[in-house]
Amino acid sequence: MTVERRGAHVRLLKLWLPLGASLLFALFPFYWMAVTSLKPNQELYSRKVMPLIVHQPTLKHYVDLITETNFLEWTWNTFLVAVMSTAISLIFGAMLAYPLARIRFAGAALVSFAIAATYLVPQPLLFVPLADIINRLGLGDTLTSVILTYPTLLVPFCAWLLLGYFRTVPSELEDAARIDGASRLQTLIKIVLPLCGPGFISAGIFAFTLAQNEFLYALIFLTKTEVRTVPVGAIAELVRGDVFYWGQLMAAALLGSIPVAIIYSFFVEHYVAGLTAGSVKG
Amino acid sequence: MTAPSLAPALTHRRPAFSFGRWLERGGVFSWLMVLPPVAFLAALVGYPFFYGIWLSLQDRPVAKAGVFVGLANYIGAWHDPVFWQVVVNTFVYTAVATLLKMVGGLGLALVMNQDFRFKNLTRALLLLPFIVPTVLSTVAWQWILDPAFSVVNWVLVASGLINSPGPSWLGNPYLAMASLIVVNTWRGLPFYAITLLAGLQTISPELYEAATIDGAGTWQRFRYVTLPLLMPVIFIVTMFSVIFTFADFQLIYVLTHGGPANATHVFATYAFDIAMVGGQFGQGAAVALTMVPPLALIILAMAIYMRAPKT
Repeated sequence: MTVERRGAHVRLLKLWLPLGASLLFALFPFYWMAVTSLKPNQELYSRKVMPLIVHQPTLKHYVDLITETNFLEWTWNTFLVAVMSTAISLIFGAMLAYPLARIRFAGAALVSFAIAATYLVPQPLLFVPLADIINRLGLGDTLTSVILTYPTLLVPFCAWLLLGYFRTVPSELEDAARIDGASRLQTLIKIVLPLCGPGFISAGIFAFTLAQNEFLYALIFLTKTEVRTVPVGAIAELVRGDVFYWGQLMAAALLGSIPVAIIYSFFVEHYVAGLTAGSVKG
Repeated sequence: MTAPSLAPALTHRRPAFSFGRWLERGGVFSWLMVLPPVAFLAALVGYPFFYGIWLSLQDRPVAKAGVFVGLANYIGAWHDPVFWQVVVNTFVYTAVATLLKMVGGLGLALVMNQDFRFKNLTRALLLLPFIVPTVLSTVAWQWILDPAFSVVNWVLVASGLINSPGPSWLGNPYLAMASLIVVNTWRGLPFYAITLLAGLQTISPELYEAATIDGAGTWQRFRYVTLPLLMPVIFIVTMFSVIFTFADFQLIYVLTHGGPANATHVFATYAFDIAMVGGQFGQGAAVALTMVPPLALIILAMAIYMRAPKT
């Protein structure tokens, strides 16, 4: 009896307490987004009302966000850009990874070094020259500017992750296909790719969330409201001078987070696999 | 009609001249595959990098032709007191945030490595700060730390810990830096925890059993079994964390914009202000490029540290 109770105490101290505190810390900002977005302004900016719950919930901030700003357009832009740059990154990533995983060719070491180097180049190192290049190409204020530049952040990761998956395909399968007369390209498309579906899902989910998250290039390249993405639109248009539209900002933050969170919740195992592949396998 | 019967005959006579066979050669096929992505990365990463170096050697106001000035932009940065404050800020931000993420992430990973119900759900929820777009969650933090309506202050005042109105989290230079570090830790800790958890799960339970039989206590099992086996994972995660914390932009841009009075400016936000707000591309490129030597040194130092044999 006493042993049992002591076990429960230890478990409380070693498991539930730290876990509960971590969850509270991790999730409170999301709770705060939701609560703030549902409060009417007089409640939001009152020092007398207990702020932790909503006393008179209203959807006014959501209605204002959708009718008075281009939020829906920003959402569509964000989605389009994320899908396009993810697709490009998966194709380029696979093109890099397959030869590196399977074929010994002159220059392979150089290519893998280049991929690793690109992976470690942080964005702030490149934004000044890229801003100039995008301007000279006449791509300023077009979604093309970010669809072209986001894959530079995503391709190295996709290549690295797919490399691991390509190596898991037994080479006997490929040899058999080649003996039966299939070309290298046919072997890749008909034999290897179908076996690497999970790898593509992991890399795709990861690339998609990173593309949704990007801010610096979007901030610099997209200055017109109709081409903006959600993060840039929210920061640039819901903060006017010194005035913060907190209700609308929190509504935008919540609505902008939900698509990523939903997609992530469906593929959480793949996402974690992608997250850990880079470090645990590497 | 004759083509199908002729084609094999032709290849039989001149086997060395087949385009299809040429394509099937390993080297040719590989380079045809990797060339488009390599060219893409060369054009949008390699070229901008070297073009940035060239820009940093010019006096180049936006939308005007540049004038070559040699190292003048770098010398200007050297004599700029704000630049040195930026250096200190960036190192403090990176060192403290990385340490907090490492220790906290390891702790959370050890907690998560026990058996309990709803483990997958908990893991998914704990990762949310990492997957949600940073700018959007940072705006929520800005509101949590608002000078007039901070909920943190409300809770502290209501529980009697401080007197109203409470500290201005983003208005005081030290508190602003501390706030940035907390928000960065909030965002990055799950990445550490989940990756280290995956590393923990690859450690064979037999090793712990063997250590226990040899008389090792909890701390000794952690120190001599867990930690050495987890080191490679810790190293990789830390390297990524250091690089991306060192070069962080969005969190600081949104939360403090480098203020108050440059107290939280880091390389990326300062370079942005010079190049994009001030319109001085040359100077901005120079400030951004000063990140390269410290970054290279950090990566090198960690690589050497990890290579060194340990007992």
